[in-house]
Amino acid sequence: MRIWDLHCHLSGVDGDTPSQRMDQLLSAADRMGIERICVFMGMEWAYDPEPDELRHQNDQVLEALKGREDRALGFAYLNPAHVKASLAELKRCVEEGPMVGVKLWVARRCNTPEAEEVITRAAGLDAVIYQHTWLKLGGTPPTAGGGNLPGESTPQEVAEVASKVPSARLICGHTGGNWELGIRAIRPVRHVPIGIGGSYPTRGMVEMAVRELGAERIIYGSDAGGRSFATQLAKVMGAQIPNQDKELILGGNLRRMLEPILTRKGIRTE
Amino acid sequence: MKDWNRREFLKVPLLGATAVPLFRPQSYSEFDEWPDGAVDVNVTLFRWPFRQMHWDDTDEMADGLRQFGVNRAWAGSFEALFHRDIGAVNLRLARECRKRGNGLFVPFGTVNPMLPDWSEDLRRCHEEHNMPGIRLYPGYHGYPLDHPSSIELLEAAAERDLLVQIVLVMEDPRTAHPLVNMVPVAIDVLDSILGSLPDLKIMLLNAARNVLVQAIPMFVSHKDIYCDISWLDGLQGVERLVTEIPTRQVLFGSHSPFFYFEASWLKMKESILDRKTMEALVKENAKRIV
Repeated sequence: MRIWDLHCHLSGVDGDTPSQRMDQLLSAADRMGIERICVFMGMEWAYDPEPDELRHQNDQVLEALKGREDRALGFAYLNPAHVKASLAELKRCVEEGPMVGVKLWVARRCNTPEAEEVITRAAGLDAVIYQHTWLKLGGTPPTAGGGNLPGESTPQEVAEVASKVPSARLICGHTGGNWELGIRAIRPVRHVPIGIGGSYPTRGMVEMAVRELGAERIIYGSDAGGRSFATQLAKVMGAQIPNQDKELILGGNLRRMLEPILTRKGIRTE
Repeated sequence: MKDWNRREFLKVPLLGATAVPLFRPQSYSEFDEWPDGAVDVNVTLFRWPFRQMHWDDTDEMADGLRQFGVNRAWAGSFEALFHRDIGAVNLRLARECRKRGNGLFVPFGTVNPMLPDWSEDLRRCHEEHNMPGIRLYPGYHGYPLDHPSSIELLEAAAERDLLVQIVLVMEDPRTAHPLVNMVPVAIDVLDSILGSLPDLKIMLLNAARNVLVQAIPMFVSHKDIYCDISWLDGLQGVERLVTEIPTRQVLFGSHSPFFYFEASWLKMKESILDRKTMEALVKENAKRIV
C-alpha cells in the first residue's frame, strides 16, 4: 500500500526552521507508513499575502524540500489578488523550479477572472491545483456557505471554473467541508477529484464519495500539522470499501494526477 | 464486512526496493503493544438523526470494537439529543446495553436539567439502571454549565458518586444541519464548580485541542477532571497532550460510530508513547475511575 499525502503544511509542526519542520513531518509520516508528502505554504499562515509574503512562503517550502526530494513534493502558494506576482511565482517555483503544483486558498474565489487567469496558466504547465473549499454554516437564516470568508471558494465554484478550464488539474479541497453537499456539487464535473483531508474523520464520508464519484476521484491528504495523519488515514482505513479502492485513494490517484508534471521534470514515482 | 483487517495493515510489507514499510516503528512503543482489554469511554448507540452510518447497529458496533480488542465501551444514546421523554431514552439505553454486546457496553444515561423533575431521571439512572455515570449535552439542551439547575445536578451527581461526562460538541459546527441550534459550551466555569464540589468527577468528551489547552490549569488544579482523545487532532497530538495534562486524566475515546474508530486508534500509533502511558490511556485510567 503506497501512501502519498496530498496535503501537508509547515505550520502546526514543531521546529524553528522549515527544514526542522519538514523532518518532523517526515518522522511522523514514517510512523504511519506514508511514502511521500506534498507540502505547501510557509510556517505562518497568511490569508491574503502581499507579493513579498507570497515569495517568502514559497521560499520556506523550497528550503524544506532541499535534500528531501525523494520524500516530499512542493506546491506553490499563489494569490489571485496579485496576478502578476502569482504568475511570477508560478514561473519561478513550478515552471523553472522543483514544485509540481499550486495551492489556492481564501484570498479570492476561484471563479473570479483573476483566479481563472492563474488557473489557466497553471493548467498549461500540468500543475496540480489544490483549491481550498468549504461550505461553512452561517448567515441569517443559516445556510451552508453563508459563513464563508469573502474570498473562500465553494465546491460549486470549483465546478464552475473547472468547466471553463477543463484542462486544469483542479482538486476540490476538503470536499467542501460539508461533504454531503460538496460531493454532490462536484459530482457532475467528472474530471475533478476531491481532496478528503482537513476535516473531522466523520464516518460515511469516503463511502458516499466512492458511491457517488467513484474511487478514482478521491485523493487522500491530511492537512498535517493542523490535523494528524492518523485521523485522516482513518477515513480510508475505516471505510467500508474494497481494498483496491483504498489503494487508489491512498496514493494511486494522486500519482496518476501528478504523472505528467513529474514525467516532465524527471521525477520518479517508484 | 470490513475486508481490511488491522493486522494485515500492520504486518504486510510493501513490494519494491524503495517502498516504505508499513508502520516502521521508530521507538519502543510498537503498535503491537496496543493492550488487550481496551476501554472506549465514548461511544453512542442508536441512530444519529441526520445520517445512517456503519456501526449504528449495536451488534455491528460490538463486533467492530471487539476486533480492535476493546472489551468495554461507555455508551450514551443519540436519542438523548432531541427527545424530551428522557426517561424512555435512558430505559431503552439500559435495555440495549443489557441485551446486546454481551456485556461490552456500559450505559451512561442522560439528564437534562432544563426539563421538569429532572432529578427523577438522575435517580433512575443511578438506582434503577445502575449506571456508573451520566452524559450531559448542554449544547443541545440549551443551558450553561453554571445555570442554577446545572449546578444542582452536578451537586446531586457528586453526592451519588456518579461520573459526569459532558459532551462539548457532537459534530463540526461549521457543517451542522441549519435547523440545529447548537450552543457552544463554555467550560471555564467548571473551575469554580470543581472547587466547591471536591467529590465531583467530570469527563469532557469531544474536546478539541484548543479547548484542552485553555483548560490545562484546570486539569492541573483538579485531579478529577478528565478528557477523552476523540476530538484531539494535530501531529502526534496524544504525545503532546500528556506532557501538558497529567496522563492519569486522559482517556481513550473514539466517538464511535460518528467518527471512524480508526481515528483514535491510529492516534495512539502516531504518537510515541511508552507502554505504561499506553496502558494508562487505553484502560487503566478508565478502570480506576469507574
